[in-house]
Amino acid sequence: MKRGSTTKNASGSQGRLSGNASSSASKKIPPAMIASGLNGKKQGLRAEKPSALTRSSEVNRMVHAPTKAVSPLVKNGLAKKFRLDPELLVKIHDHMVKTRALEERMIKMFKQSDGYFWLGGPGEEAFAIPLGMNGKVGQGVQYDFWHLHYRSSGILMPMGLDPMGCIRQMKNVVADPHSGGRNFANHLSIREWNVVPITSTIETQYLTSIGSAIAQKQEAKDSLTVVTGGDAGTAEGDFASALVWSSRPGNELPLFMIVTNNSWGISTASCTQHGDKIIADRGKAFGIKTRQINGLDVEESWFAIREAMDYVRTERKPFLMEATVSRMYGHSSATGANLVAGEADPIATFEEQLAAADIMTPKEMSDLREEYNAQMMEMAKRVKEEPMPDPSTIYDYTYYGQKGRYW
Amino acid sequence: MATMVQALRMALHYGEENLGVKNIFGEDVGPPLGGVFTATQGLKTSWNSPLDERGIIGAAMGLAFAGSRCVAEIQFADYIYNTIDLLKLAGNQCWASNGMWNLPMTVMTPVGSGIRGSIYHSHSFDATMTHIPGWKIVMPSTPADAYGLLLSCLRDENPTMFLIPKALTRVRGEELLPGEPEEKELKAMIDAPLGDRSQWKARWPEIGDYSIPLSQAKICRSGNHVTVVSYGRTMPLCNQAADALAQEGISVETIDLRTLWPYDWSAIVSSIKKTGRVLYVNEDTEVTNFGEHLIRRTVDELFYELEARPRLLAGAFTPGVGLADPLEMASVPQLGSITEAIRELAHERA
Repeated sequence: MKRGSTTKNASGSQGRLSGNASSSASKKIPPAMIASGLNGKKQGLRAEKPSALTRSSEVNRMVHAPTKAVSPLVKNGLAKKFRLDPELLVKIHDHMVKTRALEERMIKMFKQSDGYFWLGGPGEEAFAIPLGMNGKVGQGVQYDFWHLHYRSSGILMPMGLDPMGCIRQMKNVVADPHSGGRNFANHLSIREWNVVPITSTIETQYLTSIGSAIAQKQEAKDSLTVVTGGDAGTAEGDFASALVWSSRPGNELPLFMIVTNNSWGISTASCTQHGDKIIADRGKAFGIKTRQINGLDVEESWFAIREAMDYVRTERKPFLMEATVSRMYGHSSATGANLVAGEADPIATFEEQLAAADIMTPKEMSDLREEYNAQMMEMAKRVKEEPMPDPSTIYDYTYYGQKGRYW
Repeated sequence: MATMVQALRMALHYGEENLGVKNIFGEDVGPPLGGVFTATQGLKTSWNSPLDERGIIGAAMGLAFAGSRCVAEIQFADYIYNTIDLLKLAGNQCWASNGMWNLPMTVMTPVGSGIRGSIYHSHSFDATMTHIPGWKIVMPSTPADAYGLLLSCLRDENPTMFLIPKALTRVRGEELLPGEPEEKELKAMIDAPLGDRSQWKARWPEIGDYSIPLSQAKICRSGNHVTVVSYGRTMPLCNQAADALAQEGISVETIDLRTLWPYDWSAIVSSIKKTGRVLYVNEDTEVTNFGEHLIRRTVDELFYELEARPRLLAGAFTPGVGLADPLEMASVPQLGSITEAIRELAHERA
């Protein structure tokens, strides 16, 4: 199969994944998809808007399609028996690798002084990509709303996130589509997909998520609000607010609350500050359905997310999920952004499983990684030549549509 | 004549019917109480929230993100302080996203002294709020202005902060709103009865689209000797002082700023160019007071127009407003202190 051959944007999340549901999984890596910024025709500040319905039905097709017979390479019972269709697994892997390549490029940019600060989500890909792939993406209350924290590029990548836009934000150039050079890396904002501006204020997203969920409860049939945050942030009262507001008797909200637990709050180990062993259990006191999962495992994440989303979409009630993830490069560039020994790498694990199941070969995966690394490097080179914001614009958009000094 | 709180109620009803307001909420905002000052009685979209100010502001932001216009009430401004970072966040979302997002939401909260509310029911909020960019901030001093300004807030594409001078909520206006019935009839129509209200429904008068543009100050008294700029509770006191001083031959021009951000600087400039003397009056604490900003700008831009040093009369820089009558009266400007300040400014030799 030729992955990406019919895609419309860099991530390939838009178009058909190719082939039919029952076709064999590819063992050959196709030419890597053309990332925006490399192909003049596909450049742009923002990827094209994906069709939620198209992708949704496509994902459904792949999930429910008969899974390909397990490869002969499965040996000694060590290989994972996947439940997902190989095509989908390959697609998830593609997004994971692409996301990691983007983050590692931005870390390099920081170290080369092509950006003041980096923080992101390497180590969360196995959870993030399935989450993004199951969203109902579009603008307005009939689509899912996303109140995310700053480790979320993996959630948005399968929606069609343009890596060039992230790199532009990292370099804070004027063409940064998320903040115009005003905000940190991974402080993403995409109105066309209901991705509200990601902010550095820990846990306030749990408060704002209440409001869009109220609007969806009142006006929409099956859209929901997703809110994500880390384990340390659950110490803030705002987390408790979301539990209270989402479970008001008779006014329960379609709110999918997610805590990605990496066991750290900057330099402080959670176990030294939190007596609660399972964060998700905090929802039980409110009658909220909860689940703790291994967010380092793609399939466990996929099925848990789908089950939770289906519940929230149909029951119009909240769900609290805690996903164990890793923090491969530490908190941020403030702590060095170096690979941390002992932190689990979900991509490495997934690749071992894919190879063992004969879904992809190590060479295919290695080639893919190199391809994306090369693309991200080219983007980083290009962005160095782009202009910075004009100082005369500092007052612009203090108010909506306003430009220039307003007082 | 309607009281300010009745005017607010009618404006909110107009917002529900004509301006797309879908949620009016906060602590005790819905039935049976309809707000501790009764500003939300009888409204069809009002509801009670958990006792959680941060949740209230956050919910309002989320509704605005979703394009659902709302009005959130913080019961007293004294309790809005734990939401400061959220107010800052709401104010910067458009700027931070380089113009991508806007938050059409209104927060209203009673402010200031006047009801012997002691330490935690007397706070002002204008000094703090005017430090937070991205909001449009209003504070009326008459029922008609309250109605007209609230309608403009409900139309605005930005977050708007409506500061209600609680001392004036029961004060009747001097001008009728278009379509406003006479006093007793209005009361019978929109004031909830005491006791069981479970069967009560408001009967709303047909009040027209009476809007007051934001950023437009009002000249309350025309004069030539001194300019006095105020808003909220102290505004009627400034007008009373001006009327009294007219008997002494002092001609005072009083300006009701009405909108604090973005404020009507041109109205202030025109008046100061005429009088050469200006007194800013409000009741928030005097240190880093909004009036201090206005004085700084006056000095920066109008220094050579001035005949006397610009003044600020504001609340005492104390941790709170004390409960005892002499304490409250001494903590915030009153008619006597305002009158004296104007008189002194008028008589200062150029």
